Amino acid sequence: MTAAAEALRQLFGTPRGRAGASFLAFLVLLALVGPLLLPDPFRQFDLIELANAPPSADHPFGTDQLSRDVLSRVVSGARVSLAVAAIAVALSVTLGAGVGLVAGYWGGAVDATLMRLVDGALAVPRLFLLLLVLAVPERVPLLALILLIGTTGWFATSRLVRAEVLRLREETFVHAAEALGASRRRIIFRHLLVNAAGPLLVAATLGVGDVILLEAGLSFLGLGVQPPTPSWGGMILDARPVLETAPWVGIFPGIAITLTVLATNLVGDALSDALDPRGA
Amino acid sequence: MTRVLDVCDLRVSFPTADGSRLHPVDGVSFSLDRGETLALVGESGCGKSLTSLALLRLVPPPGRVDPGSGIRLGDTDVLALEGEALRRIRGRRIGMIFQDPMTSLNPVFTVGAQIAEGVRAHFPVSKSEARERALRLLQEVGIPDPSARLDAYPHQLSGGMRQRVMIAIALSAEPDILVADEPTTALDVTVQAQILEVLDQLRRSRGMAVLLITHDLGIVAGRADRVAVMYAGQIVEEAATPDLFARPSHPYTQGLFASVPRITGPVRRLTPIRGTVPPPVAWPAGCRFRPRCPQAFEQCELPPGLRPVGSGHSMRCWLAEESS
Repeated sequence: MTAAAEALRQLFGTPRGRAGASFLAFLVLLALVGPLLLPDPFRQFDLIELANAPPSADHPFGTDQLSRDVLSRVVSGARVSLAVAAIAVALSVTLGAGVGLVAGYWGGAVDATLMRLVDGALAVPRLFLLLLVLAVPERVPLLALILLIGTTGWFATSRLVRAEVLRLREETFVHAAEALGASRRRIIFRHLLVNAAGPLLVAATLGVGDVILLEAGLSFLGLGVQPPTPSWGGMILDARPVLETAPWVGIFPGIAITLTVLATNLVGDALSDALDPRGA
Repeated sequence: MTRVLDVCDLRVSFPTADGSRLHPVDGVSFSLDRGETLALVGESGCGKSLTSLALLRLVPPPGRVDPGSGIRLGDTDVLALEGEALRRIRGRRIGMIFQDPMTSLNPVFTVGAQIAEGVRAHFPVSKSEARERALRLLQEVGIPDPSARLDAYPHQLSGGMRQRVMIAIALSAEPDILVADEPTTALDVTVQAQILEVLDQLRRSRGMAVLLITHDLGIVAGRADRVAVMYAGQIVEEAATPDLFARPSHPYTQGLFASVPRITGPVRRLTPIRGTVPPPVAWPAGCRFRPRCPQAFEQCELPPGLRPVGSGHSMRCWLAEESS
């Protein structure tokens, strides 16, 4: 499709967009093929000789207290982080778009009810809500963690989509489609949703960074991804007692978090400029 | 002559804050025969666009068409339709063209896809068949190199081309009636003439009826069979076009003609109509043109009805009594 190609061209047209998108592409590739090339992230090499070993040719990022390869664990952590973020954001975007379309299209009491509920949900800090739920059970499976993050992330998206729909509904081309006898489903999905896709895509991209940070924070508190599954937040938690003697155990996952969140924000920014018709 | 549209005492109302209702369209009646062009002429705010939206029941909420109004398409009572039945007549019986071709097309789809959408909304045809028809429609509205334009996005086309695409979309469901709401207002003068010519050709080749909504008497002259002049939600004069131009009878119509410069004839000073069109909240009782009318007299404090002033020529003015 020409429009998508044009958007991609613009995304890669700015240094920010190029840097962010290249890094994310590299990270995805690394998460997919990296684990095949690197040592097993669960393997304990030598608990006596190789615990907290500094970076070397064999272990470029060093090893942790259990003599596991930090590079392998950072790469496996990327897999977990990206998977959690992708699935949770997909869920949030779907829920947010659905609620926003319904509220914006039907308006009136439906809109008022949904938006007041969203206002209420937005008043509760997301992290506290998640802490409250996650602290109760002994162990939270990864899928449940993803579902929880996904279902608490759509409130702002629904407002965004609703606002777009309110604007688009008054556009002449929507009236023209109605006058042509287009069905309600067609108007909602083809004329409203597709035209709201730009801001939605930007929100989704920025959402990926948020979720990665949130998941890392929860894992750092021991409430997110459970050991021994490698996760960046969990690795920093493990590194805490040895931060002074073996800083590499915590620094590398920290750098991974920073760069990834930075890259998603760069891409989100570049996308929002590329998709804004006023900037073109 | 086959009657394709009958509008009878159409009233469109909006609620106000104090609970009463305003009637921006207040008792409009007209009819359209097959192959005929009727021009609905009036200034902004006279209710002409709302009248056209009411034909397809597209009056924006909280507005509504009041009970007692009648809209008949052939033998279909439009006001009795709901849901799917209503959707089926939109586009299929009446096609619409809007004023601004820059905003009437969906920016994210190709024009071919948008024309095909109209075809597939009303006919059970395959995607490739719909595309074929879209191509033929683009040819019919005079777009050069139509097969290449089929995959163009709206922003790649000029205003005149976009309006042709809009006409092609309106034709996609093969309607009996085409409503053109100020189809040329947003276009250059030279392009205006081309678009009007396309509309006229289509009317003749397809036998469609055209309802041409405009504020421009110049457009009306060569194109319309009959003219209805609207003022403040009502039709104030209706006549065959030559008759109206030869003998404008309502003081408002006369005022409109007096404010248009003429190329032929002696040079004379233009006489504008005093004041502006009042909004519906400020419509006076009696004749609504009275405060601006140079010929108003006592009787004008009572509302005049539409009275004949000649064959097929009527006006809403007390002066009609004297002349007949």
